[in-house]
Amino acid sequence: MNTFEAVRIVAAREIRVKLRDKAFLFSTVFFLLFAVAATVAPALLSGGASTVAVVGTAPAALGAAGLDVRTVADEAAARAQVRDGDVDAALLSDGTVIALTDAPNDLVNALSTRPAVELLDPSAVDETLAVMVPMFFGLIFFSVSLMFGLQIAQSVTEEKQTRVVEILVASVPVRVLLAGKVLAGTVLAFGQIALIAVVALAGMRIAGGDSGLLTLLAPAIGWFLPFFLIGFVMLAAMWAAVGALVNRQEDLSGASMPVQILVLLPFFAVTMFSGDPAVLKVLSYVPFSAPTAMPARLFQGDAAGWEPVLSLVLLAATTVAVLVAGARVYEGSLLRSNGRTSMAAAWRDREARRLADLETESA
Amino acid sequence: MTKVLRLDAVSRRFGDRQVLDGVSFEVTAGRMTGFVGANGAGKTTSMRIIMGVLAPDSGEVTWAGSRMTREIRRRIGYMPEERGLYPKMTVRDQLVYLGRLHGLGHDAVRRNAEELIEWLRLGERAGDPLEKLSLGNQQRAQIAAALIHDPDILVLDEPFSGLDPLAVDTVVEVLRDRTNRGVPVLFSSHQLDVVERLCDDLVVIAAGQIRAAGARGQLRAEHALPRYRLTVDGDAGWLRDHPGVHLIDLDGAHAVFDLDPSADDQQVLQAALARGPVRAFGPVTPSLAEIFREVAQ
Repeated sequence: MNTFEAVRIVAAREIRVKLRDKAFLFSTVFFLLFAVAATVAPALLSGGASTVAVVGTAPAALGAAGLDVRTVADEAAARAQVRDGDVDAALLSDGTVIALTDAPNDLVNALSTRPAVELLDPSAVDETLAVMVPMFFGLIFFSVSLMFGLQIAQSVTEEKQTRVVEILVASVPVRVLLAGKVLAGTVLAFGQIALIAVVALAGMRIAGGDSGLLTLLAPAIGWFLPFFLIGFVMLAAMWAAVGALVNRQEDLSGASMPVQILVLLPFFAVTMFSGDPAVLKVLSYVPFSAPTAMPARLFQGDAAGWEPVLSLVLLAATTVAVLVAGARVYEGSLLRSNGRTSMAAAWRDREARRLADLETESA
Repeated sequence: MTKVLRLDAVSRRFGDRQVLDGVSFEVTAGRMTGFVGANGAGKTTSMRIIMGVLAPDSGEVTWAGSRMTREIRRRIGYMPEERGLYPKMTVRDQLVYLGRLHGLGHDAVRRNAEELIEWLRLGERAGDPLEKLSLGNQQRAQIAAALIHDPDILVLDEPFSGLDPLAVDTVVEVLRDRTNRGVPVLFSSHQLDVVERLCDDLVVIAAGQIRAAGARGQLRAEHALPRYRLTVDGDAGWLRDHPGVHLIDLDGAHAVFDLDPSADDQQVLQAALARGPVRAFGPVTPSLAEIFREVAQ
């Protein structure tokens, strides 16, 4: 059995267990429903074109705007229909629009004449979206890396707590366990996100959403995926390491506090400074916030073509360093069974090194 | 040649505590070797060093003459001191998983799992999560986990603790089956009566040092006191005045006594016969508990 085979077996178990976990399935279904609701519901709720009661002849513009026109005999009948809610609004012969609480936009637009507008520096992105989209990226990266990261840590602690790890390390190297767990967590997290993305996109298509928005989002999402993937691996290595430090699930939340902060802070920073290009630029190069800040800048059209590449390289280099350090802490603490291991003790522990040396000598 | 698992002058310290001090012993193929010692004597540390969970400071572990490697270790069935399997996984699933990690193919692992589940009488519970099983059944599952890959060697830390007498019998039957196939079995226990009943060979460890090691019968002979038991029809009180005899216990017709090295046991027997019928006479062999108490001090 080679290393890859062993990693695959470890990862397959993690995934199988998760796919049978009710909490995981529930959260996935919840996210999917949320995605459907967010994309399909607005179109359903807006209820389509307004109905208008017209006294006299209806102007051609109303039909052209797709409004539902009904002809009524006089003003009194029109008022009655509006008051009864039979129609959304009424148009009198003198051009007055009557409505209950506010005039339907589609009717007002159909009757208005607009001046020609020429923008010298058109902003591609709606201001609301400029805030919403970074928040959306942040929320996804934050919630997914927190949820799946915590599960990686819990799974590591479970093996340590139950001592099954002693049986495991007798047959496979400690690093294989680590690699299998990180791989499984990444596959699950990425799988869940992909599923949500597909459902959300399909929802937008069904709801007949704004195709212009899709065109704008596409490059940002395209870059978000590799950033997410590498950024998640980096965090996963940290989660696994803190999971190995403790002996009981109860101690996990305390031990994982530094990692939780590394997930939380960038999320808040990106959300808070999404309107500040200078700060966002810095954040888009810091490895912990880059997965959300860089796609946000790309969406806002503020990043040059080479910028995501450089940021991704920085992130990848940091991830390699974190993996090496995480593996060392994981190896140094996984087999220490006496209570909670400090990060420093795990770092200094040479048991794994000595065992590896023995192995090389004997081979 | 018989295959032997050997520890050779293995030492290990934790901080300034010397936990193992030049530990050497052998576990021979096809034999059950009982590993006894007080808590903290070094049993678990020795086993963890065999399993590559801990590294020795010096000394080495060999199997059939070669240094231990992961390839060899993958062929060991191990039961750690503190029981460990996945609480939320079903018995069958974890057996399959552990078998696969030990390098078994998919079909072979399924076959072995079903065989063990039946043998250890876990059939009805094999599809349940481990945490739903009684402690005794969890223990059986743990033994199945150690056997799932048809190991060449078995290293079991306290395999009988927590088992009811019936389960002990089942496990003994399974282990005997393995030794009959030539597998060496090393098992630790603090239940000396169980060890007494089961082991072919015995290793006694105390304060990190091996105090006695060898075949059970041989150890008993070596540690036999010059102690005898005599049962006569009348009163055995006369032994009190017999030369070379030190009475240990006297209860009417029954007596237990030690003999001076110079004294002749046959002469005592003749003296007894001269006084009347002798119903029983013979040396008293020490129990493991007695040997243990003697060497472990």
